[in-house]
Amino acid sequence: MTQPFRLPSGGRIDRARVLRFSFDGRAFEGHPGDSLASALLANGVHLVGRSFKYHRPRGIVSAGSEEPNALVTIDRGAGRMTPNLRATQIELYDGLVATSQNRWPSLEFDIGAIGQFASRLIPAGFYYKTFLWPPRAWKHLYEPLIRRAAGLGKAPGEPDPDTYAHQFAHCDVLVVGGGPAGLQAALAAAAQAESVILCDEQPEPGGSALHDPARASELSDLLAKLRALSHVRILQRTTAFGMFAQNFVALAQRLSDHIEPSAASGPRERLWQVRAKRIVLATGAIERPLVFPGNDLPGVMLAEAARIYANRFCALPGKRIVIATSADSAYEAAGDLRRAGAEIVAIVDAREGRPIADDFNVIAGAIIDTKGRARIEGCTVQLADGSTLPVDCDVLLMSGGWTPNASLLSQARGALRFEPILQTFVPDVLPPGISCVGACAGDLRPQGDASRPIHPKAFVDFQNDVTSADIALAVREGFRSIEHIKRYTTNGMATDQGKTSNLNAMMIAAAERSVAPQDIGATTFRPPYTPVTFGTFAGASRGELFEPVRRLPSHQWAKAHGGVFEDAGQWKRVSCFARPAETMRDCVNREVLTVRKKVGVFDASSLGKIELAGPDAVDFLNRIYINDFSALAIGRCRYALMLHESGVVLDDGIVARLAEDRFHITTTSGGIGHVLQHMEDFLQTEYTDLRVWLTDVTEQWATFAIQGPLAGNIVQSLLPDAGLSQASLPHMSLRELVWNGSDLRLMRASFTGEAGFEINVPSVQGAALWDTLVDAAERLDGCAYGLEALNVLRAEKGYIIVGQETDGSVTADDLGYGKMVGARKGDFVGKRSLSLPHLAAKGRKQLVGLLPLQLAQTFEEGAQITQAPHPASGTHALGHVTTAFWSATLDRFIALALLEDGRARIGQTLHVPMPAGAIAVQVTSPVFFDPDGSRLRG
Amino acid sequence: MQRFSFLQLLRQSFRNHEGWEPQWRAASPKAAYDVVIVGGGGHGLATAYYLASEHGLRNIAVVEKGWIGGGNTGRNTTIVRSNYLFEESEALFEHSMKLWEGLSQALNYNVMYSPRGVLVLAHNTTDAQVIRRHVHANRLAGIDNEWMTPEQAKDFCPILDISRNVRYPIVGASLQRRGGTARHDAVAWGYARAASALGVDIIENCEVTAIRRDAGGGVQGLETTRGEIATRKIGLVTAGHTSVVAAMAGLRLPMESYPLQALVSEPVKPVMPCVVMSNSIHAYMSQSDKGELVIGAGTDAYTSYSQRGALHVAQHTLDALCELFPIVRRLRMLRSWGGIVDVTPDRSPIIGKSPVEGLFLNCGWGTGGFKATPGSGHLFAHTLAKNEAHPIVAPFGLDRFRTGALVDESTAAAVAH
Amino acid sequence: MLLIRCPYCETERPELEFRYGGEALLERPKDPALVSDDAWTAYLWTCKNPKGPHAERWRHVHGCGRFFNAARNTVSDLIVSTWRVDDSPPANFDGGGA
Repeated sequence: MTQPFRLPSGGRIDRARVLRFSFDGRAFEGHPGDSLASALLANGVHLVGRSFKYHRPRGIVSAGSEEPNALVTIDRGAGRMTPNLRATQIELYDGLVATSQNRWPSLEFDIGAIGQFASRLIPAGFYYKTFLWPPRAWKHLYEPLIRRAAGLGKAPGEPDPDTYAHQFAHCDVLVVGGGPAGLQAALAAAAQAESVILCDEQPEPGGSALHDPARASELSDLLAKLRALSHVRILQRTTAFGMFAQNFVALAQRLSDHIEPSAASGPRERLWQVRAKRIVLATGAIERPLVFPGNDLPGVMLAEAARIYANRFCALPGKRIVIATSADSAYEAAGDLRRAGAEIVAIVDAREGRPIADDFNVIAGAIIDTKGRARIEGCTVQLADGSTLPVDCDVLLMSGGWTPNASLLSQARGALRFEPILQTFVPDVLPPGISCVGACAGDLRPQGDASRPIHPKAFVDFQNDVTSADIALAVREGFRSIEHIKRYTTNGMATDQGKTSNLNAMMIAAAERSVAPQDIGATTFRPPYTPVTFGTFAGASRGELFEPVRRLPSHQWAKAHGGVFEDAGQWKRVSCFARPAETMRDCVNREVLTVRKKVGVFDASSLGKIELAGPDAVDFLNRIYINDFSALAIGRCRYALMLHESGVVLDDGIVARLAEDRFHITTTSGGIGHVLQHMEDFLQTEYTDLRVWLTDVTEQWATFAIQGPLAGNIVQSLLPDAGLSQASLPHMSLRELVWNGSDLRLMRASFTGEAGFEINVPSVQGAALWDTLVDAAERLDGCAYGLEALNVLRAEKGYIIVGQETDGSVTADDLGYGKMVGARKGDFVGKRSLSLPHLAAKGRKQLVGLLPLQLAQTFEEGAQITQAPHPASGTHALGHVTTAFWSATLDRFIALALLEDGRARIGQTLHVPMPAGAIAVQVTSPVFFDPDGSRLRG
Repeated sequence: MQRFSFLQLLRQSFRNHEGWEPQWRAASPKAAYDVVIVGGGGHGLATAYYLASEHGLRNIAVVEKGWIGGGNTGRNTTIVRSNYLFEESEALFEHSMKLWEGLSQALNYNVMYSPRGVLVLAHNTTDAQVIRRHVHANRLAGIDNEWMTPEQAKDFCPILDISRNVRYPIVGASLQRRGGTARHDAVAWGYARAASALGVDIIENCEVTAIRRDAGGGVQGLETTRGEIATRKIGLVTAGHTSVVAAMAGLRLPMESYPLQALVSEPVKPVMPCVVMSNSIHAYMSQSDKGELVIGAGTDAYTSYSQRGALHVAQHTLDALCELFPIVRRLRMLRSWGGIVDVTPDRSPIIGKSPVEGLFLNCGWGTGGFKATPGSGHLFAHTLAKNEAHPIVAPFGLDRFRTGALVDESTAAAVAH
Repeated sequence: MLLIRCPYCETERPELEFRYGGEALLERPKDPALVSDDAWTAYLWTCKNPKGPHAERWRHVHGCGRFFNAARNTVSDLIVSTWRVDDSPPANFDGGGA
């Protein structure tokens, strides 16, 4: 017979449709409206999991998100395996496939359960006290064993194919929780507010009214009123999980996991980020388990959960029920379960002031033991006079009273106080803009407290197997703060974050320490309220949307012509343009030699560009750069260095004067962001007397370098009417021209040591000009060259790259650029720091060249430099290699380095220790090629 | 001190564990101490332990405003490594690493130091240059760190995605095999237990409210929420709050306090054998013995003592991790938390004397202090006991900000072209 | 995510539009060459870093691009007020202690 525990009528399930599902390979049936937990209970299945540490058999304890035990893995197809989901929150769909976790080979026969027999030996914190010898055994023996035994479900093995969405929202009032109190709060708020959002973690609104037949009409009435209001938005399956500064609330909405995989479409989950003027917490209360020996057997569950399963899901947890309680609410559960057909064998009430309930067998006392192996078969009641009474049952319900669900309030820095009448913590100080209503505010039925015996089988945290004896042990060992007790025992640190266990643990700790519960305090609740999928945080931010890709104007051409791409910041840049059958090294060598002998074109569009304008432009430049721009004529350019206020090099580039009050400035590709921030910072907050404006024009201009002895021929053919000559456009000068109907800025400048030009045209013209330039170059046996060749060409000349030759500790003088500092001008950014003792000291690292003594030897960038050929471990490094490469021009391996007192060491032999042995090098000038710069002048 | 061992555990198990003693004494403040350590985190407790065990001082107190190990010690991602770039940092962190290697035995407390390897990923040419420079510098210093191809890295950590067509491809990595993780709480408790056994008073719930100074400006004592304490020597080890406590002695430091967030996933069976860090993507991750993926985020953008980071910062970290490890996308965040870190202008710590006679500083560890815990305590104890900086910490004095001799590891990774 | 009022745009916008700029109201020495190393490096590096009210700079980097000042409580992160760089701080603001 299927669903033997299913009730014939009532509830909120649709009996007309049958859903098939499997659990650990066994086929079952349920109905729409079921949770996986309710469907399992309807089929008489209580054993659903194994605990974390002792692998004890565990059943369903609750009916909601507080569930500590019933964790399963749901398989929705390739890449869609999700571990550690709560059966109490999983909505049933046709074909659902669920498996239990943390057991081998099967749930019924779990080898790991032998851990139970050792449980005496492995109480809380045992691992701090042993596994100490031999020292290496922790890594090689003990830890691997522990790691294998730990963990719950298995991580997915494949990338997740699902998508996730994000939405921002603003509202006047956000109500968290769709129970009666929340619905009423939303309705009340809607009367005044312009926009109300109500979120609720369940599939349908109603909260406790969903399992209270007496409130069914009240509920439908409330919902009808709310749904008629267009300014009220109700979000179902939506958990408010995080509270952030200024009433910023994060919600996770589950969109498709309740639909069978073949029918599901669209995003799987959505992250809502809601800014609310006011927040109403209507998050209800959570029922506490009782702490007694054997309270973890499958079949032992919370009283209200049993009521929910019977009334809402029409699944009767058992037929012979004992209820242990210290709260009045359990009597309602007893009544409903009896009406549903169960026998209420006894109600065991721990309180003096228990209610009068003549129609039940009410016993004053407490449960002191249970019997059964994978399911409860009976329990032992201790009466007030100390005598004991064995009672048979198939389900034992417990209610230790209710705890207001104040997790979000705690996250928002609200304060709680202990309320002796209710024996629990209730909201005390509310942060501005946040209020609590209903059970969350402490509006609870009468309840008292029950004793919590110290016993190694009396469980407090079911998932992490923390017992009352563990908490007593922690206190005995001197852990007094509740945060220490939590960490030492791991109570409240399982995937349920202690929703059912924190209060019991606090009360035990308070009793063991003989202090008032108020004085021991509550642990801090941390986000998220319930676990939230990583993908939900990431949303659409994956692949190219994770980080934008910036492409050069020549990108398409490069793709079609062997371009080898590399990432540089957000840019895709081209390392080299490989021809068929060409190795990378051959390709770079060819490009280098082509530039030296003929001509090459390079896409430098990623360079940062700033347009500087204003009557005080020169003054501003003089204060920002180390150079003196006072004498820079219109149409002339200057290589310039910029320092951080601490004196170290921040960036470099070319400053070109377009007019009396207008400059075209370049920065490094990666530097434009912080250079502009640096300039604006000084301009807006320090040099407020200067009338200067800065505009980032990086995206406006495409920039190409044309370099090599034949560069002039290309420019001549491109701009035949410009009348360009060495005299009219000398090295480091600029001319504004027109090409193809567009503005063009032509600069005679070189980063290769060859005569050359840099051409800027509006970005829209970039691709067209690139094609033209490459065509022209190829007709002259020239070529396009990439970043690698550029790196070789500039290093042969000893030109630096900021970020490669500099590392945040390098000054202009270290680079050999000390003479660039304008001697006659006043203060500039970073100048004062240059006279600090360390920056002015002798023996600083300076830029030099290195040549291996043996031609065939090579080493890497980042390699260290030592005096001795076989340095002992711990030897002081004299410096390091910043750039190292094969120079096709010189037909040998050369390098740039930063070396202590480097300029004084030129001519010395030092060593570069590599893993295979040290390489002897000669220290040289950093300029390897054309030291007098004759080639620049063409 | 009651020795911890398997035999002791067995013996106690037959007595229902009734015979365990408190791991450290709950001390109340005495009128005077030779040295008072302010701050009962790992660094402070380690300092007290080494003062007692190596320098023979007995009249020592550690005062902690809350519960020991409750600050950054209990809030970090527990990474241990020493593969720093500059010789000053290498010496400091390697000194610590050597102490980690025997710490469980020295303290008779299993701190679960687990040298499972720290893999640092390179995603582009600049990363590779910077990481290779570290490898070369470390090799010269005798610190293990090796360069790996993407394939070698994947062999070591199989969940890495080394395909070339992702937004941040892996072009190589470095591996420090002796790097790994340790159990943060155990470090605080282990030091507390061992220090307490040597007579150190560990005084919890004792917040310093003022620093008293004599006519010459020297330290005279402390006022606390549990009364006045006389002392001529104070070691300030209050990560996150150093500026606040130092201000009580009229000191203003080169330091800002930033929120730093970390988070864990729900526990899963082992998938990650090591620690993986990616500086380009600003993400790092490891898996705890319990099975949780432990994830560190970057600091928030603005200074704060709120111990609460912003959602978008954690979000960006998770974006990055999902990009790096596509299989984790379906796992779920279980818990997140914030700490407050002291950040100095060069991201290196400040250890040594302050301009106030008798006031010593150990602060500014930024986001990376946990790994330094044993070494920091050991060297700071030397500095306090001898009244002069240990040679290893000498480069990390406050004076470096005046001379300009900064030790800036972070800008060595500067990305610029 | 903080909500920050830009005193130039006169509108409250999310933190993502802004960039933090560190402590405000610092005065760069008029002529750095004339100050001592101590004074210069104190200006360069030391911070009030107070726990409580803090005068700080923000830049509306994805908006008007302007720097402005803000008074924020570093414990609650609540921004009490923002003002233009050429305006004075609110009268009752203590600027973050000594």
